[in-house]
Amino acid sequence: MNVSTSPKFKENVHGALRDESLQRALGRLKSGFQEKRSAAAAKMPEFEALRDQARDIKNHTLENLDHYLLKFEENVKANGGHVHWCADAAEAREVVAKICRDKNAKSVLKGKSMISEEIGLNDFLEKQDLKVVETDLGEYIIQLRHEPPSHIIAPAIHVHKEQVADSFRETHTGRDPNRSLVEPRELLDEAREVMREHFFAADIGITGANFLIAETGTSVIVTNEGNGDLTQTLSRVHIAIASLEKVVPTLEDASSILRVLARSATGQEMSSYTTFSTGPKRDGDLDGPEEYHVILLDNGRSNMLGTEFQDMLRCIRCAACMNHCPVYGAVGGHAYGWVYPGPMGSVLSPSLIGVDEAGHLPNASTFCGKCEEVCPMRIPLPKMMRHWREREFEKHLSPSSFRYGIKTWAFFASKPKLYRAVTGIASKVLGKMSGGKGKIAKLPLAGGWTDMRDLPAPEGKTFKELWAEKQKQQGGSK
Amino acid sequence: MTPSKPRVGLFVTCLVDMFRPTVGFSAVKLLEEAGCEVDVPMDQTCCGQPAYNSGDNESARKVARPLIDMFADYDYVVAPSGSCAGMIKKHFPELFANDPAMADKVKALSDKTFELVSFLTDVMKVDAVPASFEGKVTYHDSCSGLRELKVKEQPRKLLNSIKGLEISELSEPETCCGFGGTFCVKYPEISGKMVGDKTKDIKQTGAKTLLAGDMGCLMNMAGKLAREGSDVEVRHVAEVLADMTMAAPPIAGSNSKTGGE
Repeated sequence: MNVSTSPKFKENVHGALRDESLQRALGRLKSGFQEKRSAAAAKMPEFEALRDQARDIKNHTLENLDHYLLKFEENVKANGGHVHWCADAAEAREVVAKICRDKNAKSVLKGKSMISEEIGLNDFLEKQDLKVVETDLGEYIIQLRHEPPSHIIAPAIHVHKEQVADSFRETHTGRDPNRSLVEPRELLDEAREVMREHFFAADIGITGANFLIAETGTSVIVTNEGNGDLTQTLSRVHIAIASLEKVVPTLEDASSILRVLARSATGQEMSSYTTFSTGPKRDGDLDGPEEYHVILLDNGRSNMLGTEFQDMLRCIRCAACMNHCPVYGAVGGHAYGWVYPGPMGSVLSPSLIGVDEAGHLPNASTFCGKCEEVCPMRIPLPKMMRHWREREFEKHLSPSSFRYGIKTWAFFASKPKLYRAVTGIASKVLGKMSGGKGKIAKLPLAGGWTDMRDLPAPEGKTFKELWAEKQKQQGGSK
Repeated sequence: MTPSKPRVGLFVTCLVDMFRPTVGFSAVKLLEEAGCEVDVPMDQTCCGQPAYNSGDNESARKVARPLIDMFADYDYVVAPSGSCAGMIKKHFPELFANDPAMADKVKALSDKTFELVSFLTDVMKVDAVPASFEGKVTYHDSCSGLRELKVKEQPRKLLNSIKGLEISELSEPETCCGFGGTFCVKYPEISGKMVGDKTKDIKQTGAKTLLAGDMGCLMNMAGKLAREGSDVEVRHVAEVLADMTMAAPPIAGSNSKTGGE
């Protein structure tokens, strides 16, 4: 199962900030994602209106989730497919394992799926003696490196091409050891050659789903490499694993949201491949799987319905929030310690693994608001992080020194005269401590501040003291 | 008889009160020059943001409640901070959402509360200030002002009205400086990295002065620049607009060769 290191967030951060290779990789976010998204949005006059529409579609769906899920199930069955309702990760893993057993499968191909990461599927299947191969290049790279993804759409964003070459030389044995693996094209060609063999030998193909369409019983995946198509059409059995909130009512709704998805994610108008899968191969179809299964995973999501976290279920996993987040940009995805990093993870992870486990994440935000600004589904991410902080405070999960500090501060701040006296003294003392230099380099109990930067010194008297003096001089009686 | 002047209650903010009174006096001067009558309720403390952003809504309400009454009688409430003005304007209504008895008062306060510079331009229709300043400045857009209150062009408009002042933009003026209230002491390493990226950006502009509209961000950036021994001087934008740069040395002092150390 997927163990989280979120409680060790601070240690993770400490390491990430000192990891030069990671820091160099994170530098790519700006040109790789931010500038492209902004250009794509600017080119489209109706982009803001589309965001409203996308939000409204999902809000409507979430208000009627049971209805649309049942409709989806009905239509999948009508097309000859199977639907499996799974309450949690263990149930979902077991369903997949059973399908594999029933089919006497030896090998499993994977299209990219964050749900698969969430339920720890690969490890589980490997323990059942199945050969599992990731077919998305980024996922393949991190699979070779035995790492989790550090980003939800660019899982290997933390890896450099030299490191990829090393992994390939180590894994792809039987090739010329002196071959050149310098250019991205060379790496890509080799990956493609290796992957072809896997595609033709696969028994089971597992993909995620960007959308489930209720009116047609269709699952939709969006990829740029075409690996998802091959995974699901060449395998004997296609299993799509998706969480409940991926459902939308109609084909038209999916198309509307697709218009904001790629633009927000990579700045593309559309991803290279958008693949609609509706049931198994029919008589007369040239290709397609013999069986089509959809796993509908809850794993904590239905608990979010009707709460202040329901809006989070609008998320379409475009990653715009993390691409633009200064905290993600500073520490990368692994520091967050569980499957979903960045702002969306800081809201979702506490819902799925508990706020006592993931409590750091909603706190590690400056509330700068950039994530909400770029979220195509207009999810109020900072507001929901604040709601998590409220829950933590209520449950006494925040550090006691911190709680004490806030309460003490509130005590003074709600007693104006006392507050005025105390701030007056503090201003004077701090002003003196600076020795006239205007700044203080080290201050007891304020290491959090002064380890990183000087503390600008107060001018000496508070504004209110000076204002009162001035009023007096002018004969005012305020 | 001249029409009566709008009565403005100045919400000084706790950081300006304690660390940078010059910003408060700059605000008073700008507001008076714009035709307002300014008053400072002496019992004001803080907007409650530290508690609110820490999930302690009870304490936040405790601090916010007296403020709502204190400013009830003014035509406008103005703060030299996008963050504190944003707290009153955008977050008070949420903070008291379950308290119907407060709804009208909170709504009234929210409607009449403004960040200083945008109040000058958008409400008082000021489009130039009679200040003097020589040289290149750069401007950081503080997050709350920018995203909650849409403060972006207003300070630039007034700064550009000053002869001799030239704005040299940051490559990422809208990226957070890493202050984030209690964030900067709860996660000092991330905050340190973010403000380090910010000071790098500041230095590459070639500007010798950094301006912004929020004391928290300014203290964070000034503290980092000082730690790095930079000669960039840091000031609240109101000090420059009010022509009060002579009233106090830059925030965190001055490292410049001509500075007064």
